[in-house]
Amino acid sequence: MAKLHVSTLINGEPTEFLCEPNDTMLDALRGPLGLTGSKEGCASGDCGACSITLDDRLVCSCLMLAAEAEGHELRTIEGMAKGDRLHPLQQKFLEAAALQCGICTSGMLVASEALLHKNPRPSEEEVRFWLAGNLCRCTGYDKIVRAVLETAAEMREAAQ
Amino acid sequence: MTDIRYMAPNTLDEAIGAFAAAGSAARILAGGTDLLVQMRSGAVKPGLIVDIKKIAEMTAIEPTADGGFRFGAAVPGAVLAEHPRFGTVWPGVLEAVNLIGSTQVQGRASAGGNLCNGSPAGDSVPAMIAAGAIVTLQGPQGRREIPVEQVPAGPGRTHLKPGEILVSFTLPPRPPGSSDAYLRMIPRTEMDIAVVGVGVSLTLKDGICTAARVGLGAVAPTVLLVEPAAKALIGSKLDDAALNAAAAACSAACRPIDDKRGTIAYRTKVAGVLLKRTTAIAAKRAGGI
Repeated sequence: MAKLHVSTLINGEPTEFLCEPNDTMLDALRGPLGLTGSKEGCASGDCGACSITLDDRLVCSCLMLAAEAEGHELRTIEGMAKGDRLHPLQQKFLEAAALQCGICTSGMLVASEALLHKNPRPSEEEVRFWLAGNLCRCTGYDKIVRAVLETAAEMREAAQ
Repeated sequence: MTDIRYMAPNTLDEAIGAFAAAGSAARILAGGTDLLVQMRSGAVKPGLIVDIKKIAEMTAIEPTADGGFRFGAAVPGAVLAEHPRFGTVWPGVLEAVNLIGSTQVQGRASAGGNLCNGSPAGDSVPAMIAAGAIVTLQGPQGRREIPVEQVPAGPGRTHLKPGEILVSFTLPPRPPGSSDAYLRMIPRTEMDIAVVGVGVSLTLKDGICTAARVGLGAVAPTVLLVEPAAKALIGSKLDDAALNAAAAACSAACRPIDDKRGTIAYRTKVAGVLLKRTTAIAAKRAGGI
């Protein structure tokens, strides 16, 4: 069986790749595309470490076939910083020590950015519910939640 | 090398032709949040994957001529939630669909997949049954419509015929004073599988319940329509006697499994408790009590 040819937009760059029909998008990202920032935690949609956006909607890349990317736009953690300039969420995670081992971090950041894009003024409860599909075994979540809330406040201030 | 094929047709006819021709080795891909997990675990090894999301009817949400709603089987929960009117007319259906999985899963998972996956604990199904949803199926023999409660056949099984695809859900128009609600019991606060799930849809007129339907999940091999519970509510002011009778009807309908997540006795009792709580929410939304 011939591999499938997929044309897509990843982090704003037109991208083409080949995949097997049953490869997940996470397989394609971490394999032929060399974008290893998205992590494989559970491979069953429970942990959120592979979070990306598909046409601006947050999804688990392990629950999406690579072939489904055809004609769509993806964003991954690799597209979050603008050159050397970190996204405010990335900067805050560093300053607030909102990570320890780091395996959940790219998923947490991608998911948090999607939240702030949709809701620039989330309550703590909204942050916790939104991130319920991102598991972290190190931090106990509190620093992550606080980092997201503080970033949201600073981004609102900066936008004024 | 694999001998698996993937296709994403633009038309339903094309999808049905390929799906029917491939027989039992074919799988429909909507959001994929169940299918990809089953493939990964080796439980399912499809020869053909038919991605239905490029078929316009599968992802549309539209009002029907009589004032109801029709939405495609592959509409993700997050998209349904963003519809400007759906959640105000059918808050119970929407809250049930939106309970399925995380934010990430909501971006993909559909009510059609939830129904066809055949889990007795699927959250959207009791609410759909309570809502009186009609499903449109299409297969090699043409199109047919059946009540949603006739779809589940048992854990992991449906009454869809070979080659048939679930196309859409149609919800009826709502008379004034109508609303619905869904509640589930889980040991955690989020991200868990229902131990019991109850959907109630009702209509109130001058404080009297004039119409009701009750769907009950996770307590039998399939999600159930509990007509005796609805009968106990209809004609009443949703007073304690009516609620107790409806709760008893729900408990009586239970044929649950006994597992680490809930014993038979627990599930049976909670079915009645949830009926009362869910009815109270639906009634409040309908403008009563």
